[in-house]
Amino acid sequence: MNKSMINGKEMILKQDDLEKKLIHFLREDLNLTGTKNGCEIGVCGSCTVLLDNQAVKSCVKKVSHIVDKELITIEGLEGPQGELHPLQQAFIDAGAIQCGFCTPGMVLSSHAFLLKNKNPSREDMRRALKGYLCRCTGYQQIVDAVELAAKSY
Amino acid sequence: MKKAWRNDAYSKVTGRAQFTDDMKLQGMLHCVPVYSQKYIHCKIKGLTGLEEAAAIKGVVRVITHKDIPGKANFGQIVQDYFMLTVDRIRCEGDVIALVVAESREQAIEAATLIEVIGEELPLLLDPQQAMADEKNLIHPGKGSNIINHHKIRRGGDIDTILADCDKVLQRSYYTGHVEHGYLEAETALCHERPDGVMEVRGSMQHPFSTRRFVASLLGCPLADVEIVGNPTGGGFGGKDDTAAMVCARAALAAKLCGRPVKMTYKREWSIRESYKRHPYKLEYTIGLKGKMIHAVKVKMLADGGAYTSVTPWVTWRSTVQCCGPYQVENVHCDVYGVHTNNIFTGAMRGFGAPQVDFSVEQWVEDCAQALDMDPLEFRRINMVTQDCETITHQKLDNHIVSLEEVMDKALEISDYVNKSKQNSHGSFKSKQSFSSGKSDAPVAYDKLYGIGLAISYRGCSLGAEGMDFCSAIINCQFDGSILLEVGIHENGQGAESAMIKLLQRELGVKQDRIRYNRPSTSHIPDGGTTVASRGTLMGGGAVVHAVENLKKIIASSVYEKLQCSVEEVKIDQDKVYGPRVTMSWEEAMHQMFLNSDYPYAFGVFQAPKVDWDEETGRGNAYFTWGYSCQIAEVEVDLKQGKVQLIGVSAVHDAGKVVDMDMIKGQVYGGFTQGYGMGIMEDIGLKEGRIVHNNFNKYKIPRSTDMPDFKVEFIQNPDPNSPSGAKGIGEPALEIAAAATANALHNALGKRFDHYPMILEKEK
Repeated sequence: MNKSMINGKEMILKQDDLEKKLIHFLREDLNLTGTKNGCEIGVCGSCTVLLDNQAVKSCVKKVSHIVDKELITIEGLEGPQGELHPLQQAFIDAGAIQCGFCTPGMVLSSHAFLLKNKNPSREDMRRALKGYLCRCTGYQQIVDAVELAAKSY
Repeated sequence: MKKAWRNDAYSKVTGRAQFTDDMKLQGMLHCVPVYSQKYIHCKIKGLTGLEEAAAIKGVVRVITHKDIPGKANFGQIVQDYFMLTVDRIRCEGDVIALVVAESREQAIEAATLIEVIGEELPLLLDPQQAMADEKNLIHPGKGSNIINHHKIRRGGDIDTILADCDKVLQRSYYTGHVEHGYLEAETALCHERPDGVMEVRGSMQHPFSTRRFVASLLGCPLADVEIVGNPTGGGFGGKDDTAAMVCARAALAAKLCGRPVKMTYKREWSIRESYKRHPYKLEYTIGLKGKMIHAVKVKMLADGGAYTSVTPWVTWRSTVQCCGPYQVENVHCDVYGVHTNNIFTGAMRGFGAPQVDFSVEQWVEDCAQALDMDPLEFRRINMVTQDCETITHQKLDNHIVSLEEVMDKALEISDYVNKSKQNSHGSFKSKQSFSSGKSDAPVAYDKLYGIGLAISYRGCSLGAEGMDFCSAIINCQFDGSILLEVGIHENGQGAESAMIKLLQRELGVKQDRIRYNRPSTSHIPDGGTTVASRGTLMGGGAVVHAVENLKKIIASSVYEKLQCSVEEVKIDQDKVYGPRVTMSWEEAMHQMFLNSDYPYAFGVFQAPKVDWDEETGRGNAYFTWGYSCQIAEVEVDLKQGKVQLIGVSAVHDAGKVVDMDMIKGQVYGGFTQGYGMGIMEDIGLKEGRIVHNNFNKYKIPRSTDMPDFKVEFIQNPDPNSPSGAKGIGEPALEIAAAATANALHNALGKRFDHYPMILEKEK
């Protein structure tokens, strides 16, 4: 039996679903629509999710890739009572959100980065976010947000 | 640290925000567009594969122009765009049919079976040739491929005057197509309600324009279409016509199938079909007398592509601003929009200014060089000043003309004068680097350094382009909470939050009382499109006027309880009071309930009158102007052919600032888009086809392309704007490429006459 832990809940994956694109499975079957579809070729990063705390682009993964892994989408980052993760709060406080379409991917990729890097410089943060496109913000307030949140990791 | 605030931040950071494609309706079908893979320009003799497509499992209906109950053609100015093609294909993005199916995959599969039986027509891809071609017409009914011709005739005979100048420079520039690159592609979700109203959700920046497109295609009154706003994942001018047409097609499919229909574009369809920024060819002749720009003769050709869209308006702004922010005694300007078989072009953030600024801000420096003058000094002598006359005879006397102050502030925060001594001018003499603030860190010998500047003035809002008015509704509840609606649209820029902040400031109540209720097109009058950096200016003006009305309504209801005259009633700090008695805001609202008075107000802001004479190019083109200066610093690695932006400083006079975090976000993002346009963005046009149709090939700036910015504002509340605010969206973008071009010149010692300014690797 194929299983996966999705946002903290164990889920049994149907055989028929294993070949589906992960992004479509999340959005269409599980209604986890915080995962956005921007390019569908793994370039823009809007569809980023965490697999065992690694940021991956769900538009170029299949459901079979999440078997026996822990998957976190943007819906799974906040606490059980709906309390915001410090990184999410930092995105709000730093003014890092405009249209919001890239935001879930930006938050999750920053989270994966901060889990591994304790005292990153702004240049490190920019390098970490290189694979994630934003057309609104010029990235400055996103980097501000990551910097602001870095202390809580 | 002061914390930023937006009304939609929580929903967006948690993934709760529902963009249109995130929604589903019971029994929903999926619609996809069909394009011809064979033709770019042809007469249509018929379509093949319709029956085969209809036979694919899951396909519910194949739709062609014959199924349209209303009109197939529409457009904001000229109705020459066919939402489904009828007798011709004119560009690669034309949609020949729609396929509606139970699943998106089924619809996509069926769409590949449909093709046009065509009779090929000659491809007109060069605006210059298209303009001269009187035989091959893209729209035969128009009698010409010329879309429009704007002009300015100021002063005497330009050739005589130029011949009399001390020095004459000639410069030509070329600019490319630019894709908006909003991360959310076009999407729509429509269903016909039991009351017969077609309800449309979608990603757009002009719900009222969308409503006109939908009603025209369906052949129904405006009141029978309701556009309900959803979060919009970026617009940048690009979610007007094409976004509206996607909504209209989805509505048509919903109407014909009698079921809800979703139509969400793939990135490749979006880039293929959506209009772009106009490519321009600009030819300038500049005559100098003494230290003055004495005469400018300019001809511009804008490639409008296959359809008119808003080309006449875009090119009009280029006309009014054809000499940049400079006073010029004699101007002879001709600007043409021309049809070609390239993808059509329309509104994009900057709207006809970035192409002009890219050119003017480079030739201004060439002029200074020709006179052996400091370019800053040359700008100071020639720039617009208080009470001066613009090239269209508009006297700049109704607001503070702050261009020199803006420029000086930018020079100061960037340390421009000192740093410009380090410009490499093409040789590796510089050993200093200013990146990361380490001004004495040595850099490798193989990098060139340059710092460059550009300035602009920009007419605010639509100007003489069109009708310019907007409304706001403040609906206070008897418990003290407040509902606010404004006739502008949230594209992602924070328009709703700005309106809340303005209401809070103007009314004098706590911000958390206010809930923005995004109005549908059936709830508020048409407030025009949220483009032209007019959202805060026009929507804010309406809010201020609504507050004025509301205050009168409240005063005339509660004055007796406050034991004072109506005129003595004041509202501030969440209180309603007179000289003797004070009520809390809640008490005042409750008192109005007891008095059977509604604390409800409607406010309208009509833009002050502007005027324009098409023959002479004379007029008060815009009711007020904003001022900008941006400075870019680059390092160039010639071996790698790589430009690295290492510093940006920007100063803007956008009037009174409503929210510092949001306005800075506009500048960061606007500059970044302008920089991308200048340095890397290329749709890869090959024989009328867009090759770079996704973000792997159409490169936009990434986090590592951008440095940290320094941004400041000169805040002169504008007397022509009720809130004091002007606009920032476009000023933030329009001179970024120009500043970068000057920085590159100062690094390389040579100029680019075109963008994108892509360096070749050294061989």
